Amino acid sequence: MTRRIFRLALAVLALSACQREDRTARPSPVGLESREEVALVVLSPGESQPTVRTSGKAKEFEGNAYHLSQGKKLFTWFNCSGCHAQGGGGMGPALIDDRWIYGGSIENIVQTIREGRPNGMPSFRGRIPDDQIWELAAYVRAMSGNAPSSAAPSRSDSMHPHPAENRTSPSPPVSGGIVPPSGQMPQ
Amino acid sequence: MSDGASATGDLRDTSLDGPTLNVRLSRVWGTPRGLLGALTTVDHKIIGRRYIVTAFLFLFLGGITALVMRLQLAQPESGLVGPDTYNQLFTMHGSTMMFLFGVPIGEAMAVYLVPLMVGTRNIAFPRLNAFSYWVYLSGGLFLWISFLLNIGPDVGWFAYVPLSGPEYSPGKRADVWAQMITFTELSGLAVAIEIIVTVLKQRAPGMTLDRVPLFVWALFVNSFIIIFALPAVMIASTFLILDRLVGTHLFNPAEGGDALLYQHLFWFFGHPEVYIIFLPGTAFVSAIIPTFARREIFGYLALVLSLIATGFLSFGLWVHHMFVTGLPQLGAAFFTASSMLIAIPNGLQIFCWIATLWDGRPVWRTPLLFVAGFFFIFVAGGLSGIMLASVPIDTQVHDTYFVVAHFHYVLIGGNVFPLLGAIYYWFPKFTGRLLSERLGRWNFWLAFIGFNVAFFPMHISGLMGMPRRVYTYGPEMGWGDLQLLSTAGALLLFASFVLFVWNVAASLRRGDVAGPNPWNAGTLEWATASPPPPHNFNRIPLVTHREPLWAERGGLPVVTGLSVSHRELMVSSVAEAEPQLRETSPAPSIWPLVAAIAVGATFIGSIFTPYAVLWGALPVAAALTGWFWPKAMPEDEE
Amino acid sequence: MAGLTVATGVVVLVLTGLSYAGQRRLLGEEAAPVTIRVIGHQWWWEVQYEDPQPSRGFTTANEIHVPVGVPVQVKLESTDVIHSFWVPSLMGKQDLIPGRPSAIRFTAERPGVYRGQCAEFCGMQHAKMGLLVIAEEQADFARWRDGQVAPRPEPASDEARAGEAAFVAAPCSMCHQVRGTAAAGRNGPELTHVGSRRTLAAGTLPTSRGNLAAWIVDPHGIKPGVNMPLVKLDSDQLNSISAYLAGLK
Repeated sequence: MTRRIFRLALAVLALSACQREDRTARPSPVGLESREEVALVVLSPGESQPTVRTSGKAKEFEGNAYHLSQGKKLFTWFNCSGCHAQGGGGMGPALIDDRWIYGGSIENIVQTIREGRPNGMPSFRGRIPDDQIWELAAYVRAMSGNAPSSAAPSRSDSMHPHPAENRTSPSPPVSGGIVPPSGQMPQ
Repeated sequence: MSDGASATGDLRDTSLDGPTLNVRLSRVWGTPRGLLGALTTVDHKIIGRRYIVTAFLFLFLGGITALVMRLQLAQPESGLVGPDTYNQLFTMHGSTMMFLFGVPIGEAMAVYLVPLMVGTRNIAFPRLNAFSYWVYLSGGLFLWISFLLNIGPDVGWFAYVPLSGPEYSPGKRADVWAQMITFTELSGLAVAIEIIVTVLKQRAPGMTLDRVPLFVWALFVNSFIIIFALPAVMIASTFLILDRLVGTHLFNPAEGGDALLYQHLFWFFGHPEVYIIFLPGTAFVSAIIPTFARREIFGYLALVLSLIATGFLSFGLWVHHMFVTGLPQLGAAFFTASSMLIAIPNGLQIFCWIATLWDGRPVWRTPLLFVAGFFFIFVAGGLSGIMLASVPIDTQVHDTYFVVAHFHYVLIGGNVFPLLGAIYYWFPKFTGRLLSERLGRWNFWLAFIGFNVAFFPMHISGLMGMPRRVYTYGPEMGWGDLQLLSTAGALLLFASFVLFVWNVAASLRRGDVAGPNPWNAGTLEWATASPPPPHNFNRIPLVTHREPLWAERGGLPVVTGLSVSHRELMVSSVAEAEPQLRETSPAPSIWPLVAAIAVGATFIGSIFTPYAVLWGALPVAAALTGWFWPKAMPEDEE
Repeated sequence: MAGLTVATGVVVLVLTGLSYAGQRRLLGEEAAPVTIRVIGHQWWWEVQYEDPQPSRGFTTANEIHVPVGVPVQVKLESTDVIHSFWVPSLMGKQDLIPGRPSAIRFTAERPGVYRGQCAEFCGMQHAKMGLLVIAEEQADFARWRDGQVAPRPEPASDEARAGEAAFVAAPCSMCHQVRGTAAAGRNGPELTHVGSRRTLAAGTLPTSRGNLAAWIVDPHGIKPGVNMPLVKLDSDQLNSISAYLAGLK
């Protein structure tokens, strides 16, 4: 009996792993850029938040270990570090903190990479395939600790410029214009 | 009666006889019926039987993965399985065969037979024995359930870094592999300790070291190899988990670590590991040959010294797995010499066994057929091993199918064939029924032919340049015909195992009933009923000869004085086996199972968070407290 | 008894000595007239020819040419996991271990095309990480080398010209380099003279315009799990890019 319960518990624990461990070796060749209708600001007339419509593609990428590790590779390969350093920022803003000028949800980051932003962020639409943009965005979220720690990448097999993403405590994104918790004076 | 009962009224086996004695002892030593009994038993025979059945189950699971791999490789560019599935399959095949079958089966047979052969009532540390089985079962289930749920490892059974490291193996797959190692090695270490203590301190009076059966010697030396080798792989896998979970840099060259460190740690274990798998095979052969040659073994001392020499030498060979990693050449040459040297004790053993058969009057029953198969196959594997010991040859055939052929020859020839012979030999003792001799012959010939048709062509495939661990190959490479032949042989080999299972299943119901000693063998396990009663022997035998049952044909002398009102066994001295103490043996207990569950939960949790070790320590401590809670023992009162 | 022991010891020492002598010849690290750096990546070989004159050095991928009868030293490095460089008909193998550069020497005695393959399990596409070593006469080798040092040949047709423009504008230029154009990516194999190589995708496909198109359209159908992403191109772009790449001889 105890053995059966043990085995059942194990199965339940493991089933929850499905999304983390999925590996699509052959992505679908059909499909255009996903439609993400996001707002870059938090202001909207009236009392409600801005209307946001997402495609749902985030589910496939956010907690998936394979996509996060690919995103980490692409971050180096496409020289994001040239402006963002290893997440600490330089010419470009830091990515490991909780301050997001143009929104910190994964859809906002995807739009940022696709469209570019004023003051220096290039537009990568047509230069990086869409799935790879999603992988990069998922990894960027992981840099500030916003990916599940069981899926987030661990230490790099190279020089160690910042704490491993799976050991970074989450910094929930705060939209631009608002002082984030990390920027507030101690009370 | 002054010698029948002590001052406290404790009844001894001197005062009872025959069936009464048997019934009293069975009641005292028996396991309660039902589920609770099954979960709390500390009887080494029940636990040994479970170990054997579980190990064979893993043998079959590993065999099925092999069959799928063989079907995939039978043709070039076969689309049967994709690369991800194939990588998981060969990882599962290797890990299952090496960790879940190869080592445990030797321990399983040891757990069942060593106490019987040395003439004691139970193995040393019976609750640890139960605990080790539960940990083994948990580890195996953990690996296989993970495989079925797509978190199975896909980095090879050896899981080299950096491929299995945090950057190139995302997710928890490699962690599952690494933690399975921790489970199985804990279980293996526990059993090794029990065997050593049983053999050193619980032998029947008169069983001096030079009267210890070679089966017991082999498993005794094997246990030492286990104790020194397994910690190395536990370190390697723990370092891997630390790198992946906590972010240490043990294997990160950019921050001062070294990818080769992992290989050294792993192979320091990995080479003795194959001797851990081979030595039980020698144990089986040493037990089967005297019985079927109807002659005492030739060269007992040489065989014992060979076993000990193998044990020592096996630790000096590991770099031969790393000849192409760019290590300094003079160092590599040393390992060439040592790898060749180990052939000497192995060869000596072969010569002694052949001499026994030569000078005896062999009876060619199935167990001896399997031993003959062992001779051919293992020696062929040894010859290809000598070739591999040379660095220049190894630079060509390393990581090709030549190596695959070599190690299957030595491992299947050295472990599986003797194992099958051993099952045919001891099945009557385990179950009270003989396996069918006719099916046994079919089993042997199918296995022998199937094995050689499957694996001999792999030598040639390797020499033609086919690397290992490839999920497919192009038709232009020219490997297709030989691979197809290998697959055909593999199917035959699998069929022989199906036949074996059929034989076992049919004989359990309808096999010939076996008495205590159907083969007229000489060692102590054949002195008791088939299957043995819970207490093994009504009275502890007195040993005067290497083959006690052949020396004392009239009736085995015994010693008396052990209690029949509680579990008691005899502790004797290390070298001369003089009786020293009467020792109380633990009764059935639920704590080993509880401790195994606590340990299992800690291990599994620790691949997700390091705090699991901290929090898991609490239930483990609670379980151990329950386990070791002092109980008044009769000897405390005297 | 003593005699047997001595004889055994002598046999083992002699065999060891022979083995050691063979080892030294194979794994010596002295410099050689032709020096190549091979850098292993997950599932392709980056090949850099070194030259005392830096402007005469160049990079290619998955194919090595060597002159017959001249010792060649191959320096081995890896950027990611452990690979193993092995061309069975030419020399024994040596592992490429990240953080531990090593070297191997060989001399091709006869001209010919020799196939090699990665011999250390390196992930999903370990099975399809092959390479070609082509041994040719000195004059042919020198001509090949000069061709490789030069930047890409001018596109010969309108379609090829359109292909070059499309190549630079598409994701291709983010990962691949074609010297003489604005495409300067260093993440994937160098493509400056891809048309001159006999195989694509590390020995998986023979080079042809059709195979180039097939690889671009469906890399994961041919080598599931490769790092080359699925690039969306319309049919005009695909046709022109494949014509352009096939012409890069």
